[in-house]
Amino acid sequence: MNTAKPSLSKQRRARKTFRADSAYHATGIAICLFFLAPFVITFLASFRHGTEARLPPLPPWPTSGISIDSYLSLDTFGAGIWQHTINSLLVSIATVVLTVAVSLLAGYGFSRYRFPLKNVLFVLIIATLMIPFQSILTPLFIILAKLGLNNSLLGLTLVYVTLQLPFSVFMMRNAFDAVPKEIEEAARIDGARDLKLLVRVLLPLVLPGVATVAIFAFLNAWNEFLAALILLSSNEKYTLPVLMMAVRAGRLGAVNWGAVQAGVAVMTIPCLIVFLLLQRYYMRGLMAGAVK
Amino acid sequence: MTGTGSKALLPQRKRRRRSGWRGLVYIAPAMALVILFFIMPVIFTGWMSLHNWPLMGGTRWIGLKNYVRMFHDARFLSALQFTAYYTVIATVAIFAVAFPLAIFVEKQRRFVSAYRTIIFLPVVVGLATASLLWVWLANVDSGFIGPALKALGLADKSPNLLATFDGAFLTIVIMVVWKIAGFTMIILLTGLQAIPSELTEAARIDGAGRWQRFRHLTLPLMRKTIALALIISVTGSILAFDQFYIMTSGGPQNRMISVVYYIFNQSFVSFNLGYGAALSIALLAILVAISIVQLWLLRAGEERP
Repeated sequence: MNTAKPSLSKQRRARKTFRADSAYHATGIAICLFFLAPFVITFLASFRHGTEARLPPLPPWPTSGISIDSYLSLDTFGAGIWQHTINSLLVSIATVVLTVAVSLLAGYGFSRYRFPLKNVLFVLIIATLMIPFQSILTPLFIILAKLGLNNSLLGLTLVYVTLQLPFSVFMMRNAFDAVPKEIEEAARIDGARDLKLLVRVLLPLVLPGVATVAIFAFLNAWNEFLAALILLSSNEKYTLPVLMMAVRAGRLGAVNWGAVQAGVAVMTIPCLIVFLLLQRYYMRGLMAGAVK
Repeated sequence: MTGTGSKALLPQRKRRRRSGWRGLVYIAPAMALVILFFIMPVIFTGWMSLHNWPLMGGTRWIGLKNYVRMFHDARFLSALQFTAYYTVIATVAIFAVAFPLAIFVEKQRRFVSAYRTIIFLPVVVGLATASLLWVWLANVDSGFIGPALKALGLADKSPNLLATFDGAFLTIVIMVVWKIAGFTMIILLTGLQAIPSELTEAARIDGAGRWQRFRHLTLPLMRKTIALALIISVTGSILAFDQFYIMTSGGPQNRMISVVYYIFNQSFVSFNLGYGAALSIALLAILVAISIVQLWLLRAGEERP
């Protein structure tokens, strides 16, 4: 009698927590469905036959065999999907490389050297965060034209690099600040100087910071739309988001929704892969921004 | 004597090696880019805004006329009004979803990190991509939402969501919530996790109910985080362009022209570059004002920890 009572209440409590847990995870699954469904529906629908592309995705998966018709029809827009994917990749990778190089140097300079106007210049770089680039697109367009960089992927890349700099320089300066000065002194005694010291000795130590800077640079350059829309004027230069406007506009009043689904898939998958692989570094950057 | 002299010399020599112009060499590329592609364009925008500046042909100094014109431009004023309306509704909607989500994923338990990752996924795709995805989902004949409502018997025929202002507006707000809520959730989560658990525990022992604890403990302690999340959401919404351009092309009866969209139209469709520059300066002033309010809000948060 005495032993039965506690075990009964324990059982009841266990049942109660089980019920609470089930309710919790049922809610969790419902929430995840809402956030995942648009991706899943699009990916599945993009592999339907060309004849099905116009129909609503009910069900979303291909019912008459898997086909890449949608991707083939996407290829008929602009200069072909490969060309535009390569454009997007070129811009994104060049943005990553240049952003990392420039912010690595600047972060090192701001962290380790003293020079006139140092704080003013640092604040100047960070302060550009307050200014929306949407408000300076016209002069950017004119300046790039004066430099002979209008309608060029290099010009667009330089603009993207500049947009990444406030965040990246801030990140890299903090990364260098966290490296003990003794390591550097020891390397100096061993004869490492300047760039050699930076690349051989310090770069491996600030690699997590570099990863954060690189992932943000990649995603922002890959996804950016408005600047690319304004600064690129000829068809074969378009990056993927600009190309998709032609797809979205359709031909003769009819939109090829299969091509839209395929385009969304092509633009989404690299982002998701990069994020899932480097999630840790992405979140670090987000936290750094939030704490700042 | 000599011993102390050399000791005093050593740090001085060290300082000399570290000071001077060498540091400037390292920051030179960054400064060059920021000056060329940010500082100069900002100054140039101010200069252009004082001119009549067509794409072709001569420019003409007209002083503040562009700014005067702005205040009498009914379309600009309605763009401002629409942007303000959108900013308020979108921000409220994002918070209404993100705050419960942050509380939902706060405690470390099984599958929670998977939930966080999945909710965050739409954040890393582009706004243009998300707009394109949802314009298909919302399409009346070939999309998902309308036909699914019809198939479930919730509507007689598939509703044309993007054809009316309210329908298109609702679709865009839902799309933005889907895209941004994960981001706001993570920001709020950092604030929630910074609250010491002893405090909530003590409040519970004192008999404070769940709502009381939230209202009088959680909210005040999260003031700084909430201010930050609010500012990011507000500035992002004020600069909205992609979703209106891609999803509705300005919307039914041109009622969905945001401020950035209007500047885009003036500068790159009508080629009134001078007037577009004046509008840009106005936008810039609004955002700098908001940034100042942000700093003020954050500091106010510090005073009352």
